[in-house]
Amino acid sequence: MDTLVSTGPLAAIAVSLVAAGLIVLSGKRPNVREGVTILAALLKFGIVLSLLPRVLVGQTPEVALFEISPGISLALRADPLGMLFALSASFLWVLTSFYSIGYMRGLGEHKQTRYFASFAVCMSATIGIAFAANLLTLFLFYEVLTIATYPLVVHKETPEAMAAGRKYLAYLLTGGVVLLLAVAWTVAVAGSGEFVPGGFLRGAADHGALLAVFLLFFLGFGVKGAVMPLHSWLPSAMVAPTPVSALLHAVAVVKAGVFGIARVVGFVFGPDLVGDIGAVPLASLLVGATILISSLLALRQDNLKLRLAYSTIGHLSYIVMGVVLLAPSAWTGGLFHIVTHGAMKITLFFVAGAIYVKAHVERVSELDGLGRQMPLTLAAFALASLGLAGLPPIAGFLSKWYLAQGTVESGEMVFLALLLLSGLLNAAYLFPIPIRAFLLTSERFRRFDEAHVLMLAPILLAGALSLLLGLAPNALFHFFTLISRTAASVMGGGG
Amino acid sequence: MNQLPLLLPVSFLLFSVISVLAGIWRRDLGYLAALVGAAAGVPLAIWGLFRVLSQGTVRYHLGGWPPPFGIEYVLDPLAAFMASIIAAIGLLVLVYARRSIDHEVPEKAPLLYPVALLLLAGLTGIVVTGDLFNLFVFLEIASLSAYALLASGRGLAPLAAFRYLILGTMAGSFYLLGVGFIYFSTGSLNMADVAERMPPLYESRVLLAAAVLMVLGLGLKMALFPLHPWLPDAYTYAPSAVTGLIAPLMTKVAGYVLIRLFLDVFGPSYLRDTVPVIAAIGWLAAGGIVVGSVMAIAQRDFRRMLAYSSVSQVAYVALGLGLGNPVGLIGALLHILNHAFMKGCLFLVAGGVRYRVGVWDLPHFAGLGRHMPWTMAAFTVAALGMIGIPPTAGFFSKWYLVQGGIAAGNWAFVAIILASSLLTAVYFFRVLERVYTSPLSPEVATSRGSDPPPGMLGPILILAGGVLVLGIINSIIVTQVLEKVASSLSGS
Amino acid sequence: MFEEFLGRYPYFMTVILLAIGLYGMVAKRNLLKKAIGMSIFQSAIFLFFIQGGAKWGATVPVIDPQRGMDPAQYMNPLPHVLILTAIVVSVATTGVSLALLLTIYQRYRTLDEKQVLEEARRKA
Repeated sequence: MDTLVSTGPLAAIAVSLVAAGLIVLSGKRPNVREGVTILAALLKFGIVLSLLPRVLVGQTPEVALFEISPGISLALRADPLGMLFALSASFLWVLTSFYSIGYMRGLGEHKQTRYFASFAVCMSATIGIAFAANLLTLFLFYEVLTIATYPLVVHKETPEAMAAGRKYLAYLLTGGVVLLLAVAWTVAVAGSGEFVPGGFLRGAADHGALLAVFLLFFLGFGVKGAVMPLHSWLPSAMVAPTPVSALLHAVAVVKAGVFGIARVVGFVFGPDLVGDIGAVPLASLLVGATILISSLLALRQDNLKLRLAYSTIGHLSYIVMGVVLLAPSAWTGGLFHIVTHGAMKITLFFVAGAIYVKAHVERVSELDGLGRQMPLTLAAFALASLGLAGLPPIAGFLSKWYLAQGTVESGEMVFLALLLLSGLLNAAYLFPIPIRAFLLTSERFRRFDEAHVLMLAPILLAGALSLLLGLAPNALFHFFTLISRTAASVMGGGG
Repeated sequence: MNQLPLLLPVSFLLFSVISVLAGIWRRDLGYLAALVGAAAGVPLAIWGLFRVLSQGTVRYHLGGWPPPFGIEYVLDPLAAFMASIIAAIGLLVLVYARRSIDHEVPEKAPLLYPVALLLLAGLTGIVVTGDLFNLFVFLEIASLSAYALLASGRGLAPLAAFRYLILGTMAGSFYLLGVGFIYFSTGSLNMADVAERMPPLYESRVLLAAAVLMVLGLGLKMALFPLHPWLPDAYTYAPSAVTGLIAPLMTKVAGYVLIRLFLDVFGPSYLRDTVPVIAAIGWLAAGGIVVGSVMAIAQRDFRRMLAYSSVSQVAYVALGLGLGNPVGLIGALLHILNHAFMKGCLFLVAGGVRYRVGVWDLPHFAGLGRHMPWTMAAFTVAALGMIGIPPTAGFFSKWYLVQGGIAAGNWAFVAIILASSLLTAVYFFRVLERVYTSPLSPEVATSRGSDPPPGMLGPILILAGGVLVLGIINSIIVTQVLEKVASSLSGS
Repeated sequence: MFEEFLGRYPYFMTVILLAIGLYGMVAKRNLLKKAIGMSIFQSAIFLFFIQGGAKWGATVPVIDPQRGMDPAQYMNPLPHVLILTAIVVSVATTGVSLALLLTIYQRYRTLDEKQVLEEARRKA
């Protein structure tokens, strides 16, 4: 792989950080403030996209800024895995920015300046995580993301929101501390902690110590990735405004945890070493249990956002499962699920938010008849639901297909069964929602129609993306090429 | 320029006297003289630091008497590093002090400034001296100034200062007794000379007694658990500017003396390998980190919370020393710097709140995020630094300490450092939550709402900015300065 | 045993004085008595230094032609000089402590630690 010095990754991070400052300064003029948000989102996406051609021809744009600890630079590198995450997060940020404006204005929310500024910082941190070239850089952005998300979780400032905020901090800061230990330990035994496809830890310490390091990493990232039993902050955090739940708690923040696990497995330990130290059984046990239990819990939720939250917990574990099965197809499926689940779940959350803004309804049992009032919105919901359950031709089918292949490759038939069962459960907790909305009738909903175009357009675009990725996985952003490159480099590299 | 080491304490001393005289004539001139003195210290210290780094240690023999007969002053990287911290914090706090002191204890203002400079003279003297007894004298100069400054507050301040005085004098006396033991067994007081004469005496019980007495004395001065109970009261009742000056510097300089004794007098091989004094300090520090944090959580008064937090934070320094390896020591030294900025910022923020709101009770912090946005932004940065969130400076001291713990294989210490950052998060987020999400309390809502005047806000923001900048450039400080200091540890 | 004691009795005297001083500083409730204890404590250390410079049959450290240049003939002057400085420090300390006590007395009309605290609570 050619390396190529480029300030692109840095610019992608800086643009929303600068935007956060401008948002604070223009707090008194909402139009300017929101203009800045939109502009930053588009610019960020543009910058990330401009890096894509270089990555596709096999180059790796990277930049090392300065040392943050002797021998360790603050270094950014746009490798295929990082591009995958950065592209999907920055594209969905564009959608979310438009949606946020519609949502926040529609509800007349307070302290919007803080909201938009925190959001921009979160996106900087997310891209920083995606492009981090070594463990310390990754950890730095990871902690910034934790802190920047806090104001969004407590945004409503109700006692319930404050309690959720405390729970969020308790989980995430503890996770961060565990992660810090893992990072420091890795650096202590293996130097700089710079990511290498196929890993660099082999032989750095005995297998017992390496297993301990791996588990620390797994638990530390697992908190953000909501692996059970570390998940319970996520349902509580649903008290945040819906765009936050949509982008951060379905795409950016939680995926950062999952992405971290993928980084560690693929670029710190290497799949072979993870297998050798015997880390797979425990990790896959947790992940398998998470998939099953979260789906069952989702069935019991009447609150729409909570149901989606438990669904997210389950789908995050799909990705982790793909990563820890250590087979090429499983990696492909898992990583593709980062993108597809992002598109599908953000659609669902957007719809939940649109319903809340228009009808002030949060419960599944109150949705009867809503489909006639908001047909396009609910249609998008139905589409994404089908995708999450894994039906072709929607994107979710493809990631699941590769995951299933991966389970066969690695001989884990239990997981194949689990995947199929979980698909059924997905259908069981998601399908009733559009069915109720379209087929049942209720006297409650009569006098309104679709949500504001600022909200409707993102919903339809995200829905369309879910479909498009299923029909042509390499369309637009070459996600599939990025994924196969990553899988090939990790599986073929060092070890 | 071989007088360089002594220039700093002497100039502070000189301006202290000028400030008294000028203050008698015209009150404002007294402050001005003090300010000029403090301002002169910063370039001197920074110049000294660069010179030492580029051309090596500078030694000055007082009165032309060569050591070990005369008193020697030594500006080496460690001393220059400490002197720069002292001078920088001193200047910032003096700029701040004017409005704050006039608001809190106007009648005492003319005398506080000269005494503050005296404190700086004492602290820099401790740092540059190469003589064990001379160090005692400077230690007492600094302590006496601190008692006087702390006593200037209202209410129980004199009693708190008196208690501190009793314990501080006891501490100084213990140190002096230890110096006596060293002198009678080695026949010398010059640190370098003593260090050379010491190895044959490593089996001596007198030497052990000296080490224990000195550690006891310095432990008291640096409020090392369980010798910390004097600190919270002393910090709580003093004027804000005074605490802002003393809290970042005083206990850390005592910690510096411990580090100096460990590195350059007794020698690492004695305190670490022959007798486990360093390990004992580490364990006391571990206790202090936990106790300080837990007590901080229990406080209702903002400054008392910060004071207990100081007990916990100074223990980080001791813990880094206790690890006995280079990385741990780098963490300890870096934390001296970082904590000076963070805690200085926090106490000055406390003064700013006092200036506008009038009280320090945590409930009155409710809603201040909108009331005094810049002050609270600085508070947020410093608080995140205390918790150790990257990229603030506080994270990096934690980073090196954790690495030191791993290198030493001391998992208990690692666990305590990590757990303590969670405890710190508890008591700072409790305040942050109030500041940003609660409505203003009714008493506060009627007061004039805004940030304190520029003279106070400036130093607050500079310190907060420093917390960020020091984090980002920490690697430069570590490689240029601290690794030179700690390198003597890696050989043995 | 007794020889041992005789050889080292200055140390024992120092320890006794230190103990008295420490007791005063820690156990006394009256603040003035604490200050007195502090003075005793410091004096004990001064005496310790001074006796350390003493030698049997030696004289003041000024070269005496009759005694020649033999160091054993002269006392060690350094501890005395040090203690002179330390005494100055202790005078200053005592001065500051008395000033604090005066302020406390003016504020609370008592020097009893417990009563001061009660008084302060009553005022607050």
